[in-house]
Amino acid sequence: MNEVAEPGNAGSQTDNIFEREALADEPTIADAIRAVIFDRLSTKIAAVLVVVFIITAVFAPTLAPYDPLSQSILNINKHPSWEHWLGTDQFGRDVMSRMIYGSRNSLIFGLLSPIFAAILGVTLGVTAGYFGGIVDRLISRVVDMLMAFPELLLAILIAAALGGSFWNIVVVLTIAFTPGFARVARASTLAVKQEPYVEAAIAAGVSTPVIIIRHIIPNILAPIVVLMTLWAASSIRVEATLSFLGIGTQPPNPSWGNIIRDGLANMFATQWPILAGGLTITVVVLAISILGDSVRDALDPETNQ
Amino acid sequence: MTRYILFRLLDAIPTVFLVLTLVFIAMRILPGDPALTALGPLADQAQLAIFRERMGLNDPLWLQYLKFLWDAVHLDFGTSLINDVPVRDLIIRNLPHTAYLTIVSVLMGLTVGIPLGVLAATNRNKPADHIVRLYSLIGYAIPDFYLAAVLLVVFSLKLGWFPINGAGHGFWDGLYHIILPAMTLALLKSAFLGRLTRTSLLEVLGRDFVRTARAKGASETRVVYKHGLRNALLPLSTGIGISILATLSGAVAIELIFNRPGIGRLLIDAIHERDYPVIQAGVMMFAFFVVIVNFIMDLVYVLVDPRIRMKS
Repeated sequence: MNEVAEPGNAGSQTDNIFEREALADEPTIADAIRAVIFDRLSTKIAAVLVVVFIITAVFAPTLAPYDPLSQSILNINKHPSWEHWLGTDQFGRDVMSRMIYGSRNSLIFGLLSPIFAAILGVTLGVTAGYFGGIVDRLISRVVDMLMAFPELLLAILIAAALGGSFWNIVVVLTIAFTPGFARVARASTLAVKQEPYVEAAIAAGVSTPVIIIRHIIPNILAPIVVLMTLWAASSIRVEATLSFLGIGTQPPNPSWGNIIRDGLANMFATQWPILAGGLTITVVVLAISILGDSVRDALDPETNQ
Repeated sequence: MTRYILFRLLDAIPTVFLVLTLVFIAMRILPGDPALTALGPLADQAQLAIFRERMGLNDPLWLQYLKFLWDAVHLDFGTSLINDVPVRDLIIRNLPHTAYLTIVSVLMGLTVGIPLGVLAATNRNKPADHIVRLYSLIGYAIPDFYLAAVLLVVFSLKLGWFPINGAGHGFWDGLYHIILPAMTLALLKSAFLGRLTRTSLLEVLGRDFVRTARAKGASETRVVYKHGLRNALLPLSTGIGISILATLSGAVAIELIFNRPGIGRLLIDAIHERDYPVIQAGVMMFAFFVVIVNFIMDLVYVLVDPRIRMKS
């Protein structure tokens, strides 16, 4: 459960950050997203920031001035300088390089877990929505129960049980985000199932798997895409929090969360790592959320006020 | 009303049962050998054997499961592996601190957030509205542990206005120690609640009965507070419920940063020390919190909107 943009009940209690006119005609997903990105200044800036973030992550080895893991006893707790733009930490590691490599970490989790959660959630949600009955009751019950937990708390609890390693964090985030996808997919499936073309397909004797893949899933994709963008932001934040708590990405591997963790342990000597790590997380999460909100407005004009 | 409460209470039982089952599965089946997970790769065979015996891991799984449920129902969480104290005592010692932090920060968040939302809604698309919306946007993106670290560095380390860590002794000292941690959480709460109040109030202010109230000459204050805010209470109470739960998860990081005792800190410390029974109890406590808060929120809905009771 996301504290502000609770995508599970998008529209009921969230409002748009920047209001705009609803799109008049029905665009394809790609058209809508393209239209909205070039439409508003805030979205343009957000899009640029997200692109910078992705480029930084992809080209980290080229961009980073130093090895993020190499320690140097001569360069401990240095303040920012031309050699070290963000200074060095208590092990003499270059904070800038650690931040750049940390973006890889955030990008991977920001992409992987929403994708996995979407696949799992859509499978569960469509199954529940399409078949109904006892299957629906069972899936809905578990989903409702998991939805009662804030996603961060759920992630902390699962990480507590599993321990932190790369795949465990992916599992943790996937489980934490799956219920939202399942709920949205179920609701959309229920609506799409009533459409004449689905009835026609059933009447024509098309097999159930084909109906689901050809007719149901393509028509429930819009809200799923919106959720994926919004949860990319969430998943970066949750991963950072887990790493900060020491149950996410394990040191010495750099993550924005554990850079702040190291920074806090060393706050009497230098505060630059805390500042750099925190500002970066805030800006990236903000940028992705603005993009996500815009995508939502484009695909679902009804949520506009 | 009594019937409704009983109905809700019965409804919570399967949830509690499911939560316990999930905790059991997560702790015993998923990570391979729990003894090895708990003691780490450096433990020798004898230590592992003692641990298995002590935790009852040699029993068949169904028996372990029944024992686990039995103990959980009796709030018996075993003893800590690190300092040999009953886990129940650890929980009892830490619980009030987390509850205190949660209550203070939610109250602070409400006192700031609701007026902000009213301000934004009554000045729609004016500068005040834009500022409140920007505030809530940033409040959403900024991670709580970062905000806590910044406040700690600025107000405790640089300015020396507040203590760096601990919970203090006695009422006034405790209050002095809780201001900064509670403020961190409250700032984020108020951003969320401000945005929510704005949305719900705007929706209500567009309704017919508000126009009627204005037409018959009711003062603007009366329209906004008596007619508007009262009817915006239902979505708001959902928001407060979400807010309380988010505060609970936020408290984990906050307790760690401000070095305060509490359930969150207990859980995180236990994870680092591989204190298996404490981890299990901590996870269960948080799960119970969620169930209890949701239960209370269900009751609040009925108080706020009697129509819900009629439906069920």
